[in-house]
Amino acid sequence: MTQVTTYSPEDMAEFARQARVRILEAVKHAGGGHVGGPYSASDMLAALYFGVMNVRPDEPGWPDRDRFILSKGHSSIALYTMLALRGYFPVEELLTFDSIDSRLQGHPDMTVTPGVDMSSGSLGLGFAGALGIALGARADGRDFTTYVMLGDGECNEGVVWEGAHVAARYGLDNIVAIVDHNKLQQFGWTGESLDDRITPYTGTQLADRWQAFGWKVMEMDGHDIPQILATLEAAKAFEGGPVAVIAHTVKGKGVSYMEGDYTWHSKVPNDDEFALAMEELGETEGGAV
Amino acid sequence: MTTLAQGKALRLVFGETITELGAENDRIVVLDGDTGSSTYTSLFEAAHPERFYQMGITEMNMLGMAAGMATLGLIPIVSTFSCFIVSRAHDSIRVLIAQPKANVKLMGGYAGLLAGMTGKTHLMFDDISIMRAMANMTVVAPVDEVETRSALRAIIEYDGPVYFRLNRPNTPIVFADDYEFVLGKAVTVREGTDVTVFSTGTQTARALEAAEALATEGIDVHLVHVPTVKPLDVDAVVAAAEKTGLVLTSEEHTVIGGLGGAIAETLAVNAPTPMIIHGIQDVFGESGPDGPLLEKYGISAEKTADAIRGAVANR
Repeated sequence: MTQVTTYSPEDMAEFARQARVRILEAVKHAGGGHVGGPYSASDMLAALYFGVMNVRPDEPGWPDRDRFILSKGHSSIALYTMLALRGYFPVEELLTFDSIDSRLQGHPDMTVTPGVDMSSGSLGLGFAGALGIALGARADGRDFTTYVMLGDGECNEGVVWEGAHVAARYGLDNIVAIVDHNKLQQFGWTGESLDDRITPYTGTQLADRWQAFGWKVMEMDGHDIPQILATLEAAKAFEGGPVAVIAHTVKGKGVSYMEGDYTWHSKVPNDDEFALAMEELGETEGGAV
Repeated sequence: MTTLAQGKALRLVFGETITELGAENDRIVVLDGDTGSSTYTSLFEAAHPERFYQMGITEMNMLGMAAGMATLGLIPIVSTFSCFIVSRAHDSIRVLIAQPKANVKLMGGYAGLLAGMTGKTHLMFDDISIMRAMANMTVVAPVDEVETRSALRAIIEYDGPVYFRLNRPNTPIVFADDYEFVLGKAVTVREGTDVTVFSTGTQTARALEAAEALATEGIDVHLVHVPTVKPLDVDAVVAAAEKTGLVLTSEEHTVIGGLGGAIAETLAVNAPTPMIIHGIQDVFGESGPDGPLLEKYGISAEKTADAIRGAVANR
């Protein structure tokens, strides 16, 4: 039987900090990968894996576990890092990210990575898979909760809205969709200059869309751990239909020169940038790379 | 030309059979893409409403949700028209079903040339090539109601993704009631010595009619039905090709990459044999009644006989 350990919000914030360090190490070591999206998601992932979700890292296939699907699969290194910190596999394995024969593929592969509940990577599809898990759980009489994280750019995909319609039609109240609303996508629409990229959805557009599709909408600061915990608890408890949590986040959160800069969607830091990031993340040893 | 006894439409047999299987196996769930009134998943809904899921017109989502349901050990049977599964939801199949080997059964209704008066959008006769190219995917195309019943049972017993081809019109009966489909096995329908004809799906009935007609002309056709196009029964294909030294493949499908492609790839490596690929040319379909479509696209029994006759004459 898995020993139940309780973590404090401070612990979760520390795991998120460590995750950001490990993410950058892995990306620098691999010479490629995404950073901005993983950083916007890290606090929420820490809250999910160390607070919200009922999981057994030593029994990843436990049938009654809560499920987590990273539909924004290009942020895979953020998920892998949190799985490693949670004990699904050794933290050292993170440095195999994106290398040949690694279990840590560029986009999540449920067939190789312990703790990955659904493959993803083609945007919008992880969400569909997550809805299927939720519907299947109901069919199977299981009462776990399925959490799925989408990007705001991902919400461009039509399949997201196909699924949003069907989930509401079935009144699926065992699923919580978290939209990482970091206000930037890979390239996006041009703003006032070519260097300026505007948010895919302004103001309340995202919340309005999910609500219009029949979802209960909640909003939170996706970097405020106590707020994340409280919101996800309310989302889980909500009955009568699916819940979309719009998480207001900052792309590249935690490293000053990355925050809000779309070019850090996918970029490898040079040595100076890496050192500065480690310093800002409070990693005085300078990281493992 | 000889006329085989007329049987049911494969779509009706599909609806009847999954309803029976659903009574035997409560892990089976059916996901319908708003076509149940055409594909006869309506029969399953009436018998097992608690395991019937209307997904509406959301094919990409439907295939993805099926993959999610399969992770719980359920056996999703997903049904809509072939074009909407193979083309529209291709990415969902590739990413969530084929690569992870999800135990999802993809029922491609209205496949082939004879989809009523629908025309170019719905006439799906590159489905075998597309699905065959996808790693981990099994591709099955039954010929008649007997084989469809047996094959549906077999693919439910098989743990993994299967694309299953179903047609719309009533279909001639080729097999006796006691025939048993074996996944991955080809079956000799007619012994002969002059030319080996490989066919799949409903085209086998036309090929059989052609073979019987040619027998009266002194051409003795060895006809092998290949219901599982992938994985191909390599040993049977090689043996049948070597038996006559002349091969013709015939299918209600494009000549590019379907059964003909599969046989050509296999024989080129294992037993190079003179070969004709007979089927629909590299074109899109159009609206029209079944008979004229079969004639125009060159795969009626008569046109099939012409193709076989030509192959033998030019050997």
